[in-house]
Amino acid sequence: MKRLLLLTFVLASVWAEAQKFRSHSSNVTFFSEASVEDIAAKNIQGSSIFNAETGEVVFLIPINQFEFEKSLMQEHFNEKYLESDKYPKATFEGLINGYNLSIGTSQPASAKGKLTIHGVTREVALKGTLLILGDRAKVNAKFTIRLEDYKIKIPKLLWSNIAEEVDVEVDFDYSKM
Amino acid sequence: MRKFVRYTAAWLLVVASFIARGQEDLMAELQEMEEEKTEYTLQTFKGTRVINGQSVETKGKGSLEFIFSHRFGRINSGSYNLWGLDDAFVRLGLEYGITDRLGVGFGRSSTDKTYDSFLRYKLFRQSEGVKSFPLTVTALGSFNVKTSPKASDNPDIEFEQRIAYTMQVMIARKVTSHLSLQLTPIYIHRNSVDVNTENNDDFALGMAGRYKVSRSVALSAEYYPRLNAKDNSTNFNSLGFGVDIETGGHVFQLLFTNSLGMIERAFVSETTGDFFDGDIHFGFNISRTFQISHKR
Repeated sequence: MKRLLLLTFVLASVWAEAQKFRSHSSNVTFFSEASVEDIAAKNIQGSSIFNAETGEVVFLIPINQFEFEKSLMQEHFNEKYLESDKYPKATFEGLINGYNLSIGTSQPASAKGKLTIHGVTREVALKGTLLILGDRAKVNAKFTIRLEDYKIKIPKLLWSNIAEEVDVEVDFDYSKM
Repeated sequence: MRKFVRYTAAWLLVVASFIARGQEDLMAELQEMEEEKTEYTLQTFKGTRVINGQSVETKGKGSLEFIFSHRFGRINSGSYNLWGLDDAFVRLGLEYGITDRLGVGFGRSSTDKTYDSFLRYKLFRQSEGVKSFPLTVTALGSFNVKTSPKASDNPDIEFEQRIAYTMQVMIARKVTSHLSLQLTPIYIHRNSVDVNTENNDDFALGMAGRYKVSRSVALSAEYYPRLNAKDNSTNFNSLGFGVDIETGGHVFQLLFTNSLGMIERAFVSETTGDFFDGDIHFGFNISRTFQISHKR
């Protein structure tokens, strides 16, 4: 019986490790259309771990690594809106479900979990695609964030400059850990 | 039998713990794998000027800043002069970010019809993380020419006599997200002065600070004591207080100062107003930043 316990422990660890993927490249972009000017930024410094066996997925995005076309916009984004010195990272902890491990092509999947931005954590459901092929995996998700939900305040003087909703696209490329 | 139950329970516990070994663990694992990065401090000051004086800030690569600075007359000039509002002194200025750290600027002041130009370079950036440094340090050198009095009417004034140079180093620290402080040792050389009361070479130690009261509003103060002013100098040290208001690409700075000049030579060495005697000018700087070329 003791042996069974040990064996289960070892197998479980090995199995859990064997199905774990870590991102080696990522691309997080957001886009917001507003009357005065569109706002777009790109971040390639995000990281993620995905456990294909359990469906668990986490990602972590350093806020101050978003790159904007305009230097000043980038400064304001960090300094005034996302307050990246106080809230340096956006995170997601959740569970991907509805996928089949043995399909070697891109398949639709959805994820449920906790998205934390600007220090505010909310339960969200995300839709996207997932590809698992041997030692590689790929996740893509698109979703919309309402700034108000995450207590990101836009000064009244700027209301026309910044949209209240922002479209986010997240891409992660994984390899087995 | 009891033994079997106990073992089964233990086995179930192990299995359950693996299933429960949830996202929290995965997140901790991910955070452990994160490499530590260097975080550079942003926006020690809202603009490239604190009040009259320069700040450590540089314009980002490819951005062009237009600064319109305006000083009214003296507040103590009375109701006939609408407390100074009848008079206007302006500087129109442009500054361009060649890189994120190197900038070039030009300006023209109505005071003495002066043209000025400068180069600034950010030598060190305050940062935390892998590369940690406590201060932001920017050096600035400028060259300016007074074109008043008119050359054609005053052929006896040599062009050289109209010129002045300045060298300054701005040393600042964003102490908290609200409070930033700056020290500015500055050297000013004027080719032509009245040597009875003034120096050709002036040294001053500028002190400046700003306190953010909200995300878009900050209070600021600035003092530039001259270190080697002659005892009989008729000029005063420059002092100023202001409010910065930032909206998108604009920074509005409303201010009170005893200086009329908006470049170093004029406000450090040639301030004729005594702040404590009421020789105070109301004024403002309005800056607008345009992105000229793409960052990436």
